[in-house]
Amino acid sequence: MEKGVGKIMANQKQGTASQVVREQDKQKRDQAYNKYVKQKTPTFSTAKNTIKAFFIGGIICTMGQAFIAYYKYMGASEDTAKAYNTVTLVFLSILLTGLGIYQKLAKFGGAGTLVPITGFANSVAAPAVEYKKEGQVFGIGCKIFTIAGPVILYGIFLSWLLGLIYYILKQLKVA
Amino acid sequence: MSEQQNTKSKMVGKQSLMFQNPPIILASASIAGKKESEGPLGTLFDEIEEDPLLGKKTWEEAESELMRKAALKVLEKAGLASRDIRYLIGGDLLGQLIATSFGIGELEIPLLGIYGACSTMGEAMTLGSILVEGGFADRILAITSSHFAGAEKQFRTPLDYGNQRPYSASWTVTGSGAVIIADSSFAPKGNEAQIIIKGVTIGKIVDYGLKDSMNMGAAMAPAAFETIKQNFEDFGVDPSYYDKIITGDLGYVGKQILIDLLKEKNFDISANHMDCGIEIFDQDNQDTHAGGSGCGCSAITFSSYILKQLREGTWKRVLFMPTGALLSQVSFNEGNSVPGIAHAVIVERR
Repeated sequence: MEKGVGKIMANQKQGTASQVVREQDKQKRDQAYNKYVKQKTPTFSTAKNTIKAFFIGGIICTMGQAFIAYYKYMGASEDTAKAYNTVTLVFLSILLTGLGIYQKLAKFGGAGTLVPITGFANSVAAPAVEYKKEGQVFGIGCKIFTIAGPVILYGIFLSWLLGLIYYILKQLKVA
Repeated sequence: MSEQQNTKSKMVGKQSLMFQNPPIILASASIAGKKESEGPLGTLFDEIEEDPLLGKKTWEEAESELMRKAALKVLEKAGLASRDIRYLIGGDLLGQLIATSFGIGELEIPLLGIYGACSTMGEAMTLGSILVEGGFADRILAITSSHFAGAEKQFRTPLDYGNQRPYSASWTVTGSGAVIIADSSFAPKGNEAQIIIKGVTIGKIVDYGLKDSMNMGAAMAPAAFETIKQNFEDFGVDPSYYDKIITGDLGYVGKQILIDLLKEKNFDISANHMDCGIEIFDQDNQDTHAGGSGCGCSAITFSSYILKQLREGTWKRVLFMPTGALLSQVSFNEGNSVPGIAHAVIVERR
C-alpha cells in the first residue's frame, strides 16, 4: 500500500525541482531536469508568431509579384521577369542588411523573413560583412556560406537526386 | 561559523578555503558599453564607451581595448604603476583569449591567462587571493572582459544575420572589470572600511544534460546550486549568513531554477539572492530577454555596484559567485550538453 502511494506520487512529480534534486540516477535526473526547465522557460506564442510571419512573408511575396508584373509590363518575358524579380529582392535584402534594417524586420517577422529568398540573401550578406575583417580569402571566401552552406549543398544534392530518379523513370518509360 | 578545523590548514570542508590573513580589495574599475550605460547601473561605471568598436577595426581589437582601459583605470585608481603588480590574472570569451593576449601586453605584468567562461572573474579573484594570502604575491590584478558583438560572432551567428532570439537567451555585456587584490598590510591607514576576501568555494563542473545553448541560465543554475550548497556545508552556515548571495549571469530563468533547487535542500535564498545579469539591464525597456551575460557582466557589476554597497556599508558580507557555461561551438555542434561551473568568493566589509 505504502509503495503504491509512493509510486503515484513519483509519477505526479514528473519534472519538478524535487525530482531533480532527489533522483540518484544521472540519466533520469537529466531527463527530469530537461522537463523541468522546459516548464520554467518562457516561449514565444506560436499563434502570434505565425500571424506575424504570415503578414511579413506575405508582404515580401506580394512585392515580388508586383516586381514580376512590372517587369512584364516593361516588356520582359515571363521567365526574364521572374529572374529580374529574384535579383531585385536579393538586392533589396542585402541593402537592408547593410543598413541594419533587415535584422529588425526578421526579429518581428521570424519565418516570414527567413523563408523567402530575401532571408537567404541576408544569411549570405551577414557573414560577408562580419568576416571581411579576416581577409578576402580566409574571411569572406571561406566563411560566406557558414549559414547558407547547408541550403546550397543539400539543395544541389537533392536536385541531383531527383534528376537521377527522373532519368531512371524516363529510361523505364514510366515517366 | 564552525571553528573546528585545523588552525594550520586553510582548507575548509570539501571545496572551500578560509583565509587566515584575508587579502583586501585595494581598487576596482569598470569600463562599460553604451547599452550597459543606459541600464539601471549606468551611472556607476568609471568609463562609458559609446563606440562599440572603440575606434578599432574589429570586435576583437575593440574588446582588447576595453580590457586595456580597465587595467589602466584600476591602476590609476589605486595610484599604482604596472610594475607594482606582481601578477595579472585574466581571461575572456574570445577564442584562445584574444582580448587578454592583445589587450594587456603593453603593461608587461607577468600574466596567468585563465578560461572559465563567464565565471572567469570568480576564478581570477580566487586564484589571486590564494597567491596573495599564501605570500606568493603582494598585489595582483584580476581582470575579465566580454563584448556583445565579439561573443555573438564567436558563439552564435554574425551580427547582421536576422533571426529571433528566444526569451531564454541572454545579452552579452560589453565591458571590462578589474580589481586589485593586495596583502592586508597595504590597507590604507585611517578609519576607512576595508573590503576583504574572507574565503572561497571552488566549483566543479556540473552538467544536468541540458543541450539548449540559448538557455544558458538553466544550464548554469545547477552549478550555482552545487557551489552554494557546498559553501553552506563547508562553512557550516545558512543563507542568512550573507546579506546578498550574488550570481553572475543566471538571468530570470536561471534565478528561478536556482531558488527552486535550493528550496529542495531546505535553503531559502529568495530574499537575499541577486543576479548581476538581471541587475545590469532593464528587461522591459532594453529588450535583453533573460538578462545580461558574459565575463564582463559579473565583473563590471562587482567593480561598480557591489563594491559600492559594501564600501557604503549597505551590505556587510556577500557571496559573489560568477557562473560560467563551458560550451563551445564545436561541442554544441557535436551534440554535447552545456556544462556549467560557478566559483564563489566571500567578500566582507571590515
